[in-house]
Amino acid sequence: MAHTENEILAGLAEIVNEETGVATEDVKLEKSFTDDLDIDSISMMTIVVNAEEKFDVRIPDEEVKNLATVGDAVKFIEGAQN
Amino acid sequence: MAISLTPRTPVAGSRVLAYGAARGDLVVPNDDLVGPIDSSDEWIRQRTGIITRNRASEDVGVKDLALAAGKEAIERSGIDLDALDAIIVSTITFPYPTPSLATLLAGQLGRPDVIAYDISAACAGFAYGIGQADALIRSGAARNVLVIGAEKLSDIVSPTDRSISFLLGDGAGAAVVGPSEEPMIGPTVWGSDGDHWDTIRMTGSSLDFRDGKVDWPTLEQDGRTVFRWAVWHTAKKIREMLELSGIGVEDVDVFVPHQANMRIIDELAKQLKLPEDVVIGRDIAETGNTSAASIPLATHRLLEEGTAKSGDVLVQFGFGAGLAYAGQVLVLP
Repeated sequence: MAHTENEILAGLAEIVNEETGVATEDVKLEKSFTDDLDIDSISMMTIVVNAEEKFDVRIPDEEVKNLATVGDAVKFIEGAQN
Repeated sequence: MAISLTPRTPVAGSRVLAYGAARGDLVVPNDDLVGPIDSSDEWIRQRTGIITRNRASEDVGVKDLALAAGKEAIERSGIDLDALDAIIVSTITFPYPTPSLATLLAGQLGRPDVIAYDISAACAGFAYGIGQADALIRSGAARNVLVIGAEKLSDIVSPTDRSISFLLGDGAGAAVVGPSEEPMIGPTVWGSDGDHWDTIRMTGSSLDFRDGKVDWPTLEQDGRTVFRWAVWHTAKKIREMLELSGIGVEDVDVFVPHQANMRIIDELAKQLKLPEDVVIGRDIAETGNTSAASIPLATHRLLEEGTAKSGDVLVQFGFGAGLAYAGQVLVLP
């Protein structure tokens, strides 16, 4: 069953917290992975792979650079589920 | 009636008898490299875990590093030089396409008549070599085999490359593999991913350079793709390897993956759920990434420091350009 936007955001926040220690409540849609959450490219790949597993979607390497904000990632995952 | 040919007599198993190591004579700190890539010591430490890397002086060639490591491994193995039947060298930086570095070393080591050849499997090269040595010995084709991973990667770095150059170091690691009544080297798990042939690549060919189309070719990589492959694909293959070798993670004493990046090493250990007390090779912090030499250099360091000991079960796994990979479970000498 497809996850809702809120479920994806909550799941993503857990993954980000696990990888970086950033508090889950700070992982908001408008936050930038690099500028606001200070996530580097290596951590980003770890987050991407864990998100693929959690939401059963495929996020190609070339797509990752387009995911600037948490909202971008949530939107992509939401679309990729269908 | 069909003729029946006599094969060589196979032996039950093989084992590593001894290691040898040689590192570049120069210690290069991050601060020496950060200027042209607009970086900092802190950035490199955080992203890669590298504090210094060893590089070799201009007059020290990859052949010199390989010879030093090979000599040490042979001396420590205690084998009679006459019982050495093969030399396999993995390198991507010997500056002659032919003849091979292995045949040069055969002469310099005093056994110019042995089986000798180079292999090109980049960072997976040492484990490819151990896989071949194990197969040669068990089939009866060779008694003792010297396997060397040797690189002078500083010959193929660009000071302005932000993808891989600053990670790289120079060194050689060697192992003598001999016969054993009990298998002390498990099945090699190896392969490649030719669809990603150019994920880690040279900036041009030697012909492009000859024709003035490119500057001196250096190494570069797509870091994100490599990281993803190196962690998740490799973790899967290592789990297969443990199963094939008939052991579980609780049986592992020492883990030495290719020293590509500390973050990859950490993430691999996490993915494999290695017990806390497993000793992990982290030679990259001081030596840098030395491609085919990195696994034996890291293993040699652990044995020298006493953090790994004879009889320990080692899991080694190499991965890199060509997206070639190889690994084994083996018992340390």
